[in-house]
Amino acid sequence: MRQFELESVEAIDQAVRHRRVHDGQAFIAGGTTLLDLVKLDVMQPEKVVDVTRLPLKRIELLDDGRLKIGALVSNTELAKHEIVMRDYPVISEALLSGASTGLRNMASTGGNVMQRTRCPYFRDPDMPCNKREPGTGCSAIDGINRNHAVLGTSEQCIATHPSDMCVGMVAAGATLVLEGPDGQREVAFEDYHLLPGDTPEREHDLKPGELITHVILDAPRGGGQHYLKLRDRASYEFALASCAAVVNLDGDNIGEARLALGGVATKPWRADAAEAALKGQPATQESFERAAEAAFSDAVAYSHNGFKITLGKQAIVRALRDATARARA
Amino acid sequence: MAPVIRHSTGVGFCTPGAQADIAERPSAVSGKTSETRRITLTVNGQQHDLQVTPNAILLDVLREQLNLFGTKKGCDHGQCGACTVHVNGQSVNSCLLLACMQEGVDIVTIEGLAESAGFEQGHHPVQEAFLEHDAYQCGYCTAGQMMTASAVINDDTIDGDEVSLREALSGNICRCGAYKNILDAVQSARGKMRGGQ
Repeated sequence: MRQFELESVEAIDQAVRHRRVHDGQAFIAGGTTLLDLVKLDVMQPEKVVDVTRLPLKRIELLDDGRLKIGALVSNTELAKHEIVMRDYPVISEALLSGASTGLRNMASTGGNVMQRTRCPYFRDPDMPCNKREPGTGCSAIDGINRNHAVLGTSEQCIATHPSDMCVGMVAAGATLVLEGPDGQREVAFEDYHLLPGDTPEREHDLKPGELITHVILDAPRGGGQHYLKLRDRASYEFALASCAAVVNLDGDNIGEARLALGGVATKPWRADAAEAALKGQPATQESFERAAEAAFSDAVAYSHNGFKITLGKQAIVRALRDATARARA
Repeated sequence: MAPVIRHSTGVGFCTPGAQADIAERPSAVSGKTSETRRITLTVNGQQHDLQVTPNAILLDVLREQLNLFGTKKGCDHGQCGACTVHVNGQSVNSCLLLACMQEGVDIVTIEGLAESAGFEQGHHPVQEAFLEHDAYQCGYCTAGQMMTASAVINDDTIDGDEVSLREALSGNICRCGAYKNILDAVQSARGKMRGGQ
C-alpha cells in the first residue's frame, strides 16, 4: 500500500484551506471507499486529510421542516434516527439495504455521496478505464458488462453509481451544502452527480477545495414510501436494479409520485418520465406498468446487461405497488 | 491504572524491541521514505504506545505489532468481515481503518471480548455457543463472526428473529458455509444474554 501524509483538521475552514493549497489530496471520514481504493492503487493521494473531528455529526430539524444532516453522521445512525425512520423511511430502507452492519457503522453520509463505482475495470489499474485514466478507453463496453448501466451511459463510460442512500435521497428530495475556499453554496442533490458524457472522470459538481458539510432533506412528503433492491444475493451485495418510490395519493388516483433508480444508471437516477406518466392516473397495476415503460424508454443495453431493463421495470412496478399500499394504510 | 505498554517500531512478526532499527524504511510502492509517528491505542483495556506509518491499517497493527493474531485478514477490502473488531462497542472492519485515526477509542479484539463484556473468567456466551453448536469448520472467519454477533446481540435496534439476524450478520462471509450452525449459535447466545427479549 502506497505511503501518504496524514493530517487531522479541527475546523472546516482549516480543511478547505488545506485542500486548496495541495493537489493530490483526499479527505477521509469512514475510509471504506478511500482505503479500499488506495490498497488497489486506484486512488493515489499524496496527502490524506482526516475530517472526522469536524463538528458535522448532528442531525437537526430546521424551522421550515427540513432535516439537516451533518456529513459525518454514520450510515447506521442516519438509518436508525427516529425522524428518518418516521418521515423518510425510503432513505432508512435504502441505507439498511446497503453494505453490512460493520461497514454502515464506519461509513459517513458525505462519504456515501462520494463513493466510487464498483465497475471491476475501474477497480483494476491494469485495465483501460476512461474514468480512472481519461483517454485509455472503456473496457466494459465490449467486456463483461452484466453489472453495468443501461441509463445515462456514454461511449466513454457505462459504470453504475453504487449508492443506495443516494437513490433514496433523490426520491425524498434533498440539497447538498458545500463549503469551499469561496464560501458556502448549495446544490440540488439530483444535480450533484454528473453524467459521464465525454468526461467520465468528472463524477460530481464538487469544485477544487470544496467539502460536503451537510445534506438537507426536503420537508417530509408523507405518503407511502418504499425502497426495493434487487440483487444476486439477498444481502451484502450491490443492486442490479433498485427503485425508491414516494407516492402521495389523491383519492384513488396518484397525486404526486417521486421515483429514483439505482443499479441501472450512471448516477442516482430520477425517473422523471415515469413520474409524469403517473400524475393524476389511477393507482393501478396498468398505470405502474406504463410508468415503468416510460422510465426505460431511452435505455441502451450492452451485451450482458439487457436483463436490467426488464428487472428495472419490475422493480418500479413492485416499489409503486408497495408504496401505494403504504399510502393507503 | 495499568501501565502503558511501549512497543518499538516494527512490522512483521517481531517481538518488541527486535526491529527498532527500521523506523524509517523505504516504502515498497512509492519509493518514498515514510515518516513514522507515535500513537497510543487502547486495545482490550490496555494502552499501547506504538510507532506507525501514516498509512498503517489497524488490522495490520493489531496482528503485526501487538501480536493479536485472533483478528484475521481475509479479503483486506471490507468484503468478508474476517477482520471485525469492536470500536466503542460497535462492530467495524479493521482492514479499512487507519491506526492513526483510532486514538482515544476503545478497541476490543476477540482476545479481549469475554473480559470486555464482564466475563473475566472463561469465555463470552457467544464463544460458548459457537462451541456448543459447532458453528465453524475451518475457523478462519470465526473470530469476525463472533465479534459481529456479540455487537449485534447488544444492539437494541436489531430484532432476534431469524431474518433480522441473518441480515445483521451478512457482512461476515463463511467460505465453508457453516451459516446454519452460526445462526443457531447466535440465537442461543442471544437468548442467554437477553433473557428472551
